Amino acid sequence: MFEEQEIICIDKQGLLDKIRSVYMEGYRIVQISCTKENTYQIDYTFDKEYKFLDIRVNIPIEDAKLPSITGIYECAFAYENEIHDLFGIQIDGINLNYQGKFYRINVHAPFNIPVAQQGKPPGDKE
Amino acid sequence: MPRRTIIPFGPQHPVLPEPIHLDLVLDDEKVVEAIPSFGFIHRGLELLCTKKSFQDLVLVAERICGICSFIHGLGYSQGIEKIMDIPVTERAHYLRVFWSELSRIHSHLLWLGLAADAAGFESLFNHCWRIREKILDIIEETTGGRVIFGVCKVGGVRRDVDDDTLKRILGQLKEIEADYNNISEIFIRDYTIRHRFSGVGVLSRDDAHRLGAVGPTCRGSGVNQDQRKLGYAVYNDLDFEPITESEGDSYARCMVRVREVSLSFELIRQAVNKIPDGPVDIKVKGFPEGEFFSRLEQPRGEVVYYVKGNGTKFLSRFRIRTPTFANIPALVHMLAGCDLADVPVIVLSIDPCISCAER
Repeated sequence: MFEEQEIICIDKQGLLDKIRSVYMEGYRIVQISCTKENTYQIDYTFDKEYKFLDIRVNIPIEDAKLPSITGIYECAFAYENEIHDLFGIQIDGINLNYQGKFYRINVHAPFNIPVAQQGKPPGDKE
Repeated sequence: MPRRTIIPFGPQHPVLPEPIHLDLVLDDEKVVEAIPSFGFIHRGLELLCTKKSFQDLVLVAERICGICSFIHGLGYSQGIEKIMDIPVTERAHYLRVFWSELSRIHSHLLWLGLAADAAGFESLFNHCWRIREKILDIIEETTGGRVIFGVCKVGGVRRDVDDDTLKRILGQLKEIEADYNNISEIFIRDYTIRHRFSGVGVLSRDDAHRLGAVGPTCRGSGVNQDQRKLGYAVYNDLDFEPITESEGDSYARCMVRVREVSLSFELIRQAVNKIPDGPVDIKVKGFPEGEFFSRLEQPRGEVVYYVKGNGTKFLSRFRIRTPTFANIPALVHMLAGCDLADVPVIVLSIDPCISCAER
């Protein structure tokens, strides 16, 4: 048995208004994730009494900037700092901005490195 | 103006089984702010989806964490099965519930032992882990592994457990449960445990919801939220209600785990009594194309797997949001204003699993 999942795609300009309306409806934030393909796909996932809702924003790779939603969901700082540290996306106005020190890793934005440059995983015999 | 001090907590600390770092800003003995940072064991496992086939990736998913490994594999497999519309057999679903609940028992017993140790109650720690060993023995007998089970696969499970063995295991679990009930009474009644955990790290119901807390951390604050109620696998066929407590302190989170162990024994009993005959896996053909957010309940709370296939044997995205990561904002909130001496107890009370959180 699988749950029904609603995914709503919006543009960056309408993000904060949409997130605010979701907040007013009483949704809990579940996670924020980033997927890099031709664009950055940012998914804001919410839940209300086991009802799943995903708000999706696509932003161009050459202009990787987003407004922070921590003014609405204050706990989003963890996800936004993570996206900044792993993907290098600039997120403006985070309430707790760790300035790239949330993930103490040597490589900057490791999830931005093209697959061909990542090297083989350990134990790969191919 | 009071003089403030910054004390580094971790990445190595007696109460931490895994490395996380907190910069604690102190005003005398009171914590004013806690600043977390990760990355000491970040392995970039999500990136392996571009290099390991979607069938092999279940083995990577299981290795995200050594405690809730089976449920990681299950969450990933479930996501792929939804995308590819694979009809997993009923018996496989029941076996998945059986192993999931055994995982939950051994994870909670591990935590209860650590909690007893944090309170200086070493004999109770030993008893918790002694009982946990018996659960691990059952896991080893049925899967071949004690930490990494390796039985979950896309399309079902790799091993069947015959009905006679399941019935015998039910008998063993009855004895283990009686043994467990003796030590759970200590957690419920012992003065030392109550005194050390009560009133420490209080998280109100509203704060738990607002800060996106999950698992025993939110249920200890009275939020009735357990993803098993989504009905994945065959949880919709089992009769249970999520365990909640209302006080919101470290002791309430402890009590949620104490009672959830008993609930897991009950769910295993129900699953074994209802398990139908039939095959446990089906052959998987083709490659995944599509996306799905797979949500499950791990011992530490809700976990989310986002899988996105592009029609090749490699996924284009594999993302995991683990319960410990979701509980970090709640942890930071609870630490602000607490005594320095209570920091280890509060950190422990969310049952942090840093391997999961960093992936």
